[in-house]
Amino acid sequence: MPESLPIVEMVGISISFPGVKALDDVGFRLFPGEVHSLMGENGAGKSTLIKALTGVYKIDEGEIRIAGEPRRLGGTADAQSAGISTVYQEVNLCSNLTIGENVMLGHEIKGAAGINWRATHRAARETLEKLGLGHLDPKQSLATLPLAVQQLVAISRSMVAKSKVLILDEPTSSLDANEVEQLFTVIRRLRDQGVAILFVSHFLDQVYAISDRLTVLRNGRFEGEYRTEELDRARLIATMIGKDIATLKSLDAKASRRVRSDEPPLYSAKGIGRKGAISEVDIDLHRGEVVGLAGLLGSGRTELARLIYGADRPDSGEVTLDGEKAEITTPAKALARHIALSSENRRDEGIIRDLSVRENLVLAVQARRGWARPLPRREQDALVEKYIAALGVRPADPERPIRLLSGGNQQKVLLGRWLATEPELLILDEPTRGIDVGAKAEIQEYVAALADDGLAVVFISSELEEVVRQSDRIIVLKDRRKIAEIEGGHGVSADSIVTIIAEDALGDERADAVVREEVTS
Amino acid sequence: MSANARGPVEALKGLVRRQYFWGIVAVALLLLVNLVKDPGYLAVSIGPSGNLAGNVIDILRAAAPVILIAVGMCLVVATGGIDLSVGSVMVVAGAVSMEFLKDAPDTVGSTFTALALVIAVSAALGAVNGVLVSVVGLQPFISTLVIMLAGRGLAKVITGGQNTAATNETFRWIANGYVFGLPVVFLLALLVAVGVGLLVRRSALGLMLEAIGMDAKAARLAGVNRRALLFTVYIFGGVLAGFAGVFATASVMTVDVSRTGYQLELDAILAVVIGGTSLAGGKFNITGAVVGAILIATLDKTVVFLGVSSSATPAFKAIVIVALCLLQSERVRRVFRQRRAAGTARPAEREVVAA
Repeated sequence: MPESLPIVEMVGISISFPGVKALDDVGFRLFPGEVHSLMGENGAGKSTLIKALTGVYKIDEGEIRIAGEPRRLGGTADAQSAGISTVYQEVNLCSNLTIGENVMLGHEIKGAAGINWRATHRAARETLEKLGLGHLDPKQSLATLPLAVQQLVAISRSMVAKSKVLILDEPTSSLDANEVEQLFTVIRRLRDQGVAILFVSHFLDQVYAISDRLTVLRNGRFEGEYRTEELDRARLIATMIGKDIATLKSLDAKASRRVRSDEPPLYSAKGIGRKGAISEVDIDLHRGEVVGLAGLLGSGRTELARLIYGADRPDSGEVTLDGEKAEITTPAKALARHIALSSENRRDEGIIRDLSVRENLVLAVQARRGWARPLPRREQDALVEKYIAALGVRPADPERPIRLLSGGNQQKVLLGRWLATEPELLILDEPTRGIDVGAKAEIQEYVAALADDGLAVVFISSELEEVVRQSDRIIVLKDRRKIAEIEGGHGVSADSIVTIIAEDALGDERADAVVREEVTS
Repeated sequence: MSANARGPVEALKGLVRRQYFWGIVAVALLLLVNLVKDPGYLAVSIGPSGNLAGNVIDILRAAAPVILIAVGMCLVVATGGIDLSVGSVMVVAGAVSMEFLKDAPDTVGSTFTALALVIAVSAALGAVNGVLVSVVGLQPFISTLVIMLAGRGLAKVITGGQNTAATNETFRWIANGYVFGLPVVFLLALLVAVGVGLLVRRSALGLMLEAIGMDAKAARLAGVNRRALLFTVYIFGGVLAGFAGVFATASVMTVDVSRTGYQLELDAILAVVIGGTSLAGGKFNITGAVVGAILIATLDKTVVFLGVSSSATPAFKAIVIVALCLLQSERVRRVFRQRRAAGTARPAEREVVAA
C-alpha cells in the first residue's frame, strides 16, 4: 500500500471519566483505501477512541487531524461534515420509520415542495441495490426486519453520506456467515474506491479476512500498530491481553463431559410452538446438563428460548416441570418457577440503562418478591458484592449507572441478575456476543461450572464451535423447526452440524423438485 | 443516603443540586415580589379560635388539591405515561358527593358515605384508564384523553347540568377546618404526599415503576409485572384526583360542572416537571412534585394579588414556568458552570505562568 497521507491522524489522545482514565496518550492513523482493525479487550478503550473520533466524547488532551487539518469535533454533526460515518455495535436506527426513510434520514432529496419522497425512495433503493439488498422494499417498516438485516440497512445508511471514513463498530456481531461475506464484498469495494475503513470485531477470523492493518489497545494505552501479515493470531491475542501464549492455550482445553443421570428431566415440553415463531417442538432439559441450540440466524433459536421462558406465550403444547404440569406464559411465572432467560438483545431487553449496576442486578430477584417485600439494602449489597466478585465485573462500583460499563461487563451484570434468582434452568441467548476473548472465556468457564453444580443450562450462540464446545447435547434447528438432536462428544464438530443443516436443505430441494414435477406433469 | 452523617453545609449543597431547588427559589422570589408590593403580605395572624390566617395560609390551602393530583401524576409519569383525566375525575367526584349530600341528612355518617362513593367512582374511572393502558395497550395520552372528555360530560349528567350545592358541616370542615391552627386540607395533602413518598422508597415500588418507565421490555423480561403495576398506578391516580375534587368542592359546598378541576391536569403535569421528573418516564421525585404544586398555587395567588388582568394571566404563568425550566435544563446550567469555571481558571493559569 502506498504510504500516502493519512486521512485520519489522532495524536496523544487522552480521555478521563470520573475515576477512570479511558484513554492515555493513544495514537491512531487511518489511511485512505485501507481496512484498519482496532483490537483490544472490552474496556481497552476501542469504543472510547471511536467516540472521540465521531465527536461524541470531548478529548482532554491530544489532537485529531483529518486530511492533515487539525479538527475540533464538538459533536456527531461535526464528524459527519468532516466525512466520518459510523455504524455502531448495536443497531442505531429508528424502528418506527420505513427502510427508505432510515437510509436517507438527513439526506432526503428535496424538491420544490419540500421532500420529494418518490425520488428519496428511489435513491434509497439504488443504495440498497449496491449492497445487494435490492429485494428490500424501501417503503416497508424497519421494525419488520430481523436484526441482521437492520444492520445492513445501517451500513447502507452510512454510504448515502458519501463518507471518506467509515467506522464499523462490531458490524458482524449479529450477521450469519453469508451476510458477513456480503458485507465484506461491500467493504472491499468501498476500500478500492479509496474509503478508509475502521473495523472493530471480536471475531479474529473476520479481522484477518478483511484487514490490512491492526492497531492494538490495552487498558486505554496504545500497544502497537501492525500490518496484518506480520502478526499471527496467537501473538495478537497475547498483545491484547498482555499475557504470554502458553496460558492462553489452557483456555481452549475442552471441558470434560458431564455424565447425565437417569433422573427424569427437570423441564419437559411436548409440542410447544407458536404460530409464525416456531413450529411444534419436543424438548427435555436435565439438571447438570448444557443443551446447545444450534442453527443459522433466523432458524428459531431465540424464538424457542423465548417460548420456554414465557416471554412469548406458546399457543400449543404442554410443559411439565419435574413431572408436574406447569403454565409458563409470562416471564414473571417463569421466574417464580426458577427459570431465567438472558436475552440476546442486551440493549433493548437486558440492561436498564439509567439504573445502577446494583439496581440492574437485583431487579429480577426483587420482581419475584413483589414490590411490597423489598430486598433489604444489606442483602442487596451482599448479592451485588458476591456477583461482582464472582464474575469479575469491572469497574467494581455497584452505584455506577450500567450504561457506563463496557458491553462485556454489562453482560456479566446481567448474568449476575439471573444467577441471583437462583435458577434451576438458565437459558443464555448469545451470552458471548460482541464481547472480547478474555470475558468470553470467563463466561464460558462459568457456564460449565454452573452445569457442574446441577443447573440445567440452555446455551445459544451463532458461533457453532462455541456451541459444540459448551454443550452436552445439541438441538439443531432450521427454518423454525427442530431437525435433529445429537449427543455432544467426539465426532461432533461445527462441520458435522453444518452438514446436518445442509443435508436437510438438500432434502427440502428434492422435495420441492418432486412437487414441481408433480405440478408440471 | 443518610443525611445525618453529613454536615448542614453538605446537606445544603445536596439541596442545591436537586432540580426542585429552583422551584423553592421561585416560590421565595414570588413571595418577595408580593412583599415589595405590600410589606404586610407575609403576616400571619392568629384568629380568635387559635387558627392561623394570612396569605401564606391561603396559598397552602389552595395548594392542597394540586399536591394530591401532582403526587398521583408523578407516579403515572414515572411509568412513562401521563394522566390527562385528573381534572375531570375531580369534577365527577365533586358532582357525586354534592348530589348525594343534597338529599342526605347533615351527619358525619353522610360525609363518610359520600367519601366512600367518591373513592368508588374515582377508582372506577382510574380503572378504565388502567385497563385501556395496560391491557388494551392504548397510549396513555389517548386513553386518559377519552376519560378527560367523557368525565366532564358524566358530571353534567349526574347533576342534570346544574351546579349542585349541598350542606354538610363535616364535609365542609374538610376544606375549611383547622387542626393545630393549620388548614385540614393542607395537612391531609401533606400526609398523603409523605405517605406515598415513604411507600415508594421503602418498598420496591419506586424501583419497579422506574424500571417500567425506563425500559418496559427489559423490565418485563426481568419479571416485573408491568400490567398489574400500571393498573394500580392509574387507579391510585384516580382516587387521589377524587379526593382533590372533594377538596375543591367542599370549600364552597358547590360543584361547578364547568369550572371545578378545569385544566388542573395541566397544573399537575407542570408541578411534576418542575419537581424534576422527566415526562419521558423513569426517575421521579415526589418531594419535587409537592414543591411544584406549592409553586403553582403561589403563582396563582400572586397573579391575583398583583392585579394582572385575567386575560394576561396564562401568559404570566407561562413566562415564570419557562424561566424555571430553563434554569433546570442541563444545557443552560452547563453554560453557567463553564462561565464560572472559566472565571476561576484564569487566575490559576496566571500563577503557573508566574512560577
